[in-house]
Amino acid sequence: MSFWLAIIVGVLYSAGIYMMMRRSVVKLIIGLALLSHAANLLIFTGAGIVREKAPIISKFQETVSNNADPLPQALVLTAIVISFGVLAFALVLTHRAVESVGTDDLDQMKETDT
Amino acid sequence: MVLAVFSLFLFSFFTPFLCRVFQKKSGWLFSLLPLSLTLYFLSQTSLILQGQTLTHTFEWVPLLNFSFSFHLDGLSYLFAMLICGIGTVIVFYSGSYLEGDRYLGRFFCSLFVFMGSMLGVVLSNNVLVLFVFWELTSLSSYFLIGYNHEKKESRYAALQALLVTGLGGLALLVAVLMAGSAVGSFEITVWVERWQTLISSPYISAIVILVLLAAFTKSAQFPFHFWLPNAMQAPTPVSAYLHSSTMVKAGIYLVARLNPVFSETPLWFTTIEIAGLTTMIVGAVLSFTQNQYKLVLAYMTVTALGMILFLLGMGTAYSVAAALVFILVHALYKAALFLIAGAVDHETGEKDLRKLSGLRSKMPLTAIIALVCGLSMAGVPPLFGFIGKELFLESTLKTQLFYPLNIWVVSFTSLFIVCAACFTGLKPFFGKLAVTPKKPHEAPLALYLGPLIFAVLSVGFGLYPKVLDSFVTASVHTLVRSSSDHVHLALWHGFNQAFFISMTVLAVGVAFYLLRDVSLKLFKPLAIFKSLGPEKAYQIFLKILNSVAKTQTLILQNGFLRYYVFFIILTAVFLCGWVVFLHQETLQMTFNFSDIKFHEFLLVLLIIAATLASTVLRSRISAIISLGVVGYGVSVIFVIFGAPDLAMTQIVIETLIVVLFILVFYHLKPFQNLSSKGSKLRDALLALSAGALMTFLVLAAQDVQYAESISPYFEQNSWLLAHGRNVVNVILVDFRALDTLGEITVLAIAGLGIFILLKLKLGKK
Repeated sequence: MSFWLAIIVGVLYSAGIYMMMRRSVVKLIIGLALLSHAANLLIFTGAGIVREKAPIISKFQETVSNNADPLPQALVLTAIVISFGVLAFALVLTHRAVESVGTDDLDQMKETDT
Repeated sequence: MVLAVFSLFLFSFFTPFLCRVFQKKSGWLFSLLPLSLTLYFLSQTSLILQGQTLTHTFEWVPLLNFSFSFHLDGLSYLFAMLICGIGTVIVFYSGSYLEGDRYLGRFFCSLFVFMGSMLGVVLSNNVLVLFVFWELTSLSSYFLIGYNHEKKESRYAALQALLVTGLGGLALLVAVLMAGSAVGSFEITVWVERWQTLISSPYISAIVILVLLAAFTKSAQFPFHFWLPNAMQAPTPVSAYLHSSTMVKAGIYLVARLNPVFSETPLWFTTIEIAGLTTMIVGAVLSFTQNQYKLVLAYMTVTALGMILFLLGMGTAYSVAAALVFILVHALYKAALFLIAGAVDHETGEKDLRKLSGLRSKMPLTAIIALVCGLSMAGVPPLFGFIGKELFLESTLKTQLFYPLNIWVVSFTSLFIVCAACFTGLKPFFGKLAVTPKKPHEAPLALYLGPLIFAVLSVGFGLYPKVLDSFVTASVHTLVRSSSDHVHLALWHGFNQAFFISMTVLAVGVAFYLLRDVSLKLFKPLAIFKSLGPEKAYQIFLKILNSVAKTQTLILQNGFLRYYVFFIILTAVFLCGWVVFLHQETLQMTFNFSDIKFHEFLLVLLIIAATLASTVLRSRISAIISLGVVGYGVSVIFVIFGAPDLAMTQIVIETLIVVLFILVFYHLKPFQNLSSKGSKLRDALLALSAGALMTFLVLAAQDVQYAESISPYFEQNSWLLAHGRNVVNVILVDFRALDTLGEITVLAIAGLGIFILLKLKLGKK
């Protein structure tokens, strides 16, 4: 399955980068969101994947083994939350920018004093 | 010794404030610091005379073999004495010369930084530390030369000095890194010990050329000599300091210091000899055609530097001894003459030597000092300059390289030096009193005390050269590998060849000077070289550099975000792909297409389809909903692969994001078609290759494990130490709780930012 996940990572990266190079600022933000999905999956897949076994210690044991790696999960969890913060901020920022400039075309946002 | 260097840096911070407090007295007070340093180095004299060295080391980055190691031997001692001793004079001289100047505090700040870095250069034993100080001298001299920053010429000269010496600095860095990796150490003492390892390195030619480039640019050797006369834009005390004992002597120091390492390399000594000979004659001829007091002296400095390098390049004990003596000779008369030039300018307001004469009656003391220094420069017995010149001529007569061309060049150079000595030391003070812009009178104590000391030393060393004997012998010992012959300094060497040449040169030189107006005509044709000279090359180079910079900025930094992204991704793909291409044999990848269940395959298709949809759909709402589908799809992946926490978080956040997107962009029109087909295709190609590269990297990373995983630690201790059964949660809130605190902070800041943005009232001014 990691082959297919790698394909997804590639598709997400391609789409994210492509969208970041568009002129519409909304597309830029969509690209940003796709890119953060890509990065999260990259970390998740890159560390090696195991089906179904969550890193949770059952009631009758003191440790776990042969389960999914908890470390990349902790990293990705942080990454998801941070990327949400960034995305939310970017959204509101562009919202205000679009509001005051009157267009979502990045090429018309080059002046600093609108 | 470490303290000596750093005290100057430390003190430089306080000068602007102290200057305001002490006003006119600051020059005298500040000179106490270099004076005490001079006395400190003087107290080490007995150690140096015994041929011992003083070392101080403290580790900085021991893993990289990087330590602050300082080293005081004969050569460093000579330079340290010059830097601090002449520095003392310069400081109180400037206090008087620039009295009442607005930026005096700033001036002293740069001067002390310069002094400290110069001292650092001559004391460092670690070449990397030496490099840092070397660059600091370039930087601080930039501020000193550009002191009158409101003048265009000053800024031009300062920038030129910085660029030319900065070029050398870079060359030095590359050279020391190459040499350091060849020897396995960055300590100069180790280099001297293992010189054979170094010169058998395959890169020895490159190392030698780069080191010499550094030395030649710093020491204003032909064809890099042009920055030095331009640096005359600096206030006179700075010129005196730069020319006599510091800055330009740094290159000389470097050559002398590394001479025992490279002296067996033919490239090293032939290049030095050629550069030395060319520079001395070019400087001498150019000096003859000048009329400005300081410019004549400046070109004479170029000449003297060529002479010293020429002596060092011969590499025999005798010639190195001659070089050391000549360094001292030159420092004494050159510093004095520069300071006198400043004093004359200060008192008369006249810089042109042709319009200065007969000042003897108005400035008697200055006249006597100038006479002594001028005679020392010309090499008239019994002054110190005579001894220097005798040693110089005798060394030249002993060498075989470029014989007999070298003797002719050396004799002609000496002839021009005699002319310049008459012109600068005698002309302004004798003859009929000329009318000058200001009414001349004797300079104040601060302006003549320094030159007076130097003149007394010139006479003293001339009459009793024996006091330097043991010092020279002890220093030469460390600078020449096979030092068998001892050098004895004496005023009288007997009627030998050198003496006859010296006397002939003196006589012809004086005659040449008296016929200056006639002989100048001989040099008229040389004027065309001004437009073809190396300075022109510098200007053209600078112009090209500027236009290249402008063009590439227009291409790469044009203000359009998408081009920035484009070039960043392009570079990353290219570099990454290149590395992969180079190491393709070492990569082992196993593809397993079939390890997939049916519902998983459907999920993969769904995510890919949704991703594509979010990029191509025209309607905003559809694009945003497709984005949401991608996010939910990813969270299902997390569910399948044992990451319930991730799945939950992802679902919550994806929902929030979709809601936010719709709230923010709902009222906007559908996407317009803004880009052309061509640019879309170009972007798509780049994006696809970047994506392919990422896929490839994920696959390649599957079987790689560089360090041992730390996950087992968390798995084993999650319950036992932290009493939590969900390992991921325990990592977040216990093992790595501080990271989570950071994460919360980021969210809080983002939240605050959003709040402020929403509250911000735009457009209501």
